[in-house]
Amino acid sequence: MAEAITWGEARPNRQPATVPRTGATSEPAGVRWLLIGTAAAFLAVFLFLPLAVVFSTALEKGAFAYFKTFADPDTLSAIRLTLLAAGISVPLNVAFGIAAAWVIGKFEFFGKSLLITLIDLPFSVSPVVAGLVFVLLFGLQGLFGPWLIAHGVRIIFAIPGIVLVTIFVTFPFVARELLPTIQAQGNDEEEAALTLGANGWKTFWRVTLPNVKWALLYGVILCNARAMGEFGAVSVVSGHIRGLTDTMPLHIEFLYNDYQFVPAFAVASLLALLALVTLVAKSIVEWRTQS
Amino acid sequence: MALALRQRSILPGFGLTLGFSVLYLSLIVLIPLSVTFWKASTLGWGSFWHIVTAARAIASYEVTFGCSLVAAVVNLFFGVLTAWVLVRYTFPLKRLFDSLVDLPFALPTAVAGIALTSIYAPNGWLGRPLLALGVHAAYTRLGIVIALTFIGLPFVVRTVQPVLEDLDSELEEAAASLGAGRWQTFGRVLLPTILPAALTGFALAFARAVGEYGSVIFIAGNMPMRTEITPLLIVTKLEQYDYAGATAIAVAMLVVSFAMLLAINLLQKWSGSRLGREELEVLPIG
Amino acid sequence: MKAVLKLGFLAALAVITVGLGTLAGARAAGPSTILNVSFDPTRELYNDYNAAFAKYWKAKSGQSVSVQQSNAGSGKQARAVIDGLQADVVTLALAYDIDAIAKTAKLLPDNWQSRLPDNSTPYTSTIVFLVHKGNPKKIHDWNDLVKPGTSVIMPNPKTSGGARWNFLAAWAYALKRPGGNDASAHDFVSRLYKNVPVLDSGARGATTTFVERGIGDVLVGWESDALLAVRDLGPDKFQIVVPSISILAEPPVAVVDKVVDAKGTRAVAEAYVRYLYSPQGQDIIARHFFRPRLPAVAKKYASTFANVKLVTVDQVFGGWQKAQATFFADGAVFDQIYQPGQ
Repeated sequence: MAEAITWGEARPNRQPATVPRTGATSEPAGVRWLLIGTAAAFLAVFLFLPLAVVFSTALEKGAFAYFKTFADPDTLSAIRLTLLAAGISVPLNVAFGIAAAWVIGKFEFFGKSLLITLIDLPFSVSPVVAGLVFVLLFGLQGLFGPWLIAHGVRIIFAIPGIVLVTIFVTFPFVARELLPTIQAQGNDEEEAALTLGANGWKTFWRVTLPNVKWALLYGVILCNARAMGEFGAVSVVSGHIRGLTDTMPLHIEFLYNDYQFVPAFAVASLLALLALVTLVAKSIVEWRTQS
Repeated sequence: MALALRQRSILPGFGLTLGFSVLYLSLIVLIPLSVTFWKASTLGWGSFWHIVTAARAIASYEVTFGCSLVAAVVNLFFGVLTAWVLVRYTFPLKRLFDSLVDLPFALPTAVAGIALTSIYAPNGWLGRPLLALGVHAAYTRLGIVIALTFIGLPFVVRTVQPVLEDLDSELEEAAASLGAGRWQTFGRVLLPTILPAALTGFALAFARAVGEYGSVIFIAGNMPMRTEITPLLIVTKLEQYDYAGATAIAVAMLVVSFAMLLAINLLQKWSGSRLGREELEVLPIG
Repeated sequence: MKAVLKLGFLAALAVITVGLGTLAGARAAGPSTILNVSFDPTRELYNDYNAAFAKYWKAKSGQSVSVQQSNAGSGKQARAVIDGLQADVVTLALAYDIDAIAKTAKLLPDNWQSRLPDNSTPYTSTIVFLVHKGNPKKIHDWNDLVKPGTSVIMPNPKTSGGARWNFLAAWAYALKRPGGNDASAHDFVSRLYKNVPVLDSGARGATTTFVERGIGDVLVGWESDALLAVRDLGPDKFQIVVPSISILAEPPVAVVDKVVDAKGTRAVAEAYVRYLYSPQGQDIIARHFFRPRLPAVAKKYASTFANVKLVTVDQVFGGWQKAQATFFADGAVFDQIYQPGQ
């Protein structure tokens, strides 16, 4: 158990966030407000400001210019492609995440630490390298590329390549979210269910899943956000064909480099809105969990 | 092999889930990544070593790892502080601040890069006042640190937060009743408890920062030997049609990343065994 | 009970296989679709040209054609084509990049450049300076750029084709000065790059740095981009300075033989590049601030393009292969400039 790492973890079944404290275990008001002020200033500079830049530039020329962006067929096609890539990669990584969290969380076996480390690996691999490996695999000068291209199968510079790198960069998210929660649950409830005659699938569905559903949802949320926002890796394998293989982040770069700042940030604001919706969804998750 | 080595359990699905996990892991991660080793091996050891130890490559490692380290330290300090404030105090807009912490995960890195550059450029909201103080933010290593701090921000906060929430106030009360001052309690009681989680967050923020590309290239200035990050060096080599050279640098980064992650996991294991079973309960891993 | 669980995961596996298989099966579109893979500053040009060509081709052959467009840095685009991006036509920043496609991937013959008129460059451009309105730093020629305290914005020649033209133009200026030789040119260009605070990866990035971020006293780059920036971003904010001598930038075009033969698009692809030389094509080119080849069209747009003494890569540097090896290869002149102790 001890080798697990936790980050961005949803916090199900925890006590209310703020516990009333007695004088002995709290700070004087001055210190308290100093700490709050410092933290708030840090978050304001690093989080509020970038968000404000995105929205203020997007709305610089008014709401009409903002919404006009989304009438452009290339923009719409970029949005569609991004939704498609996320729509394929997220469910696949959910399936993997559940399987991996189950096997790591419920069983002790040789090489577990290594398996966890390997699952983490895509997370620290540079997006540029992530794109490069698929070029080395499926490019015309790569391992399988010549054969595939000769048979008319396109992986890179087409949608499959974009989907593949998206799966790669979002690979660890769901597994990483589920793992600590599944471990924390222990095996007792499942063992009880099995002893009472439930089958394996039913046990998973009725006992395990309800216990980890919020962690799972949070994993999906983060995985989806990252899938939609990935830039570096997708840029390597996209080919940048307008209206065909441009995803939203690539289209933002294109518009930006075309001096079309309002449309660029309008599309960016859509992704930022997605982030905000994600965060609201997460808050609801936590609220539901606590109540 | 694995079957023989696992502990007995009546839970089903071990073979299936392990098989699927390993298969999927191999298809998506291991086989693709192993291609880099195959490509780099075409170079031969001599030229591989020559490429990864070239002066420009070494300078880029310094920039990448140095700035990542500084950013991770900044995140360690402010992350613990933020987690503390969010868990222990009530103040206006607290929920909003809490939600916003995840923003760097969701915002595309290129957008983050453009937004940060426009904030810290000499004519930007913060760049102008900073310049008046004589501080050049954008297009320097400071700019790189700012971008890497942004993308690594959620990690420490989100690892420390649950630990603080689960912390029993009895410990602190006991310390206080034994006459410890607030600082003493923090240093002797609280800090050791949150340290493993904080270090995990620190290491993850560091690992994430090392590979970062999209947000950094906009703000870095990209000067060879000074503000050129390693991922950019890989891209530069690719643009020169130097696949083998690019792959060599990529392999060097991969090895370091893997070693770092393994070290994190071992650190976690070590701190777990050091703390013992009792205190493990308060760790986020439960 | 195990069977159900197993079935679930087998189903998931099947979905993966079928899903990826279906996507992988998505093949390149029919013969009436061609893909033009181009470099950054030609976005607007080819947007217009593609529409005009489709109309022309429909009238001429009765066939509908849709031209897909891809723009990014020239080197990146060449690499994409080498790695299998199915470009029927490449229109890149410099001959070296198409040479790379011919040499590395053998998708077109080595003599590709002799197949079309004017060395396969239907339009040219040059390198000029963009300065703030009123030219506060009094920048008039290349030697003003190396003065201490002058901040110059140029992209990285390693990743930007346009930046290589910049580099060679500066070198040519230093070489043509009285008493100029390779050593003095090396010194001049080193001093020039000492004044560069930001090396963007592409020409458009450099323009954004200069225009939006307010960095630098002068932007060195494509004439077409400078004219476009003045028109779109404010004639009241920026003006163009033409140096005493510059380089004739010749962005070449080529049909990618292996791709068009596989797709059966040779006729339309060849017509596509040929039409660039027609009066109509040349007019669209000139409207988008690239210098046309046809004298009649050049005359019509004479007021757009400043008169400047232009040298070519072939004259001064003995062609792109040689220039690349001397200046931009690993460890060559550009890398030496950034070596410590220089």
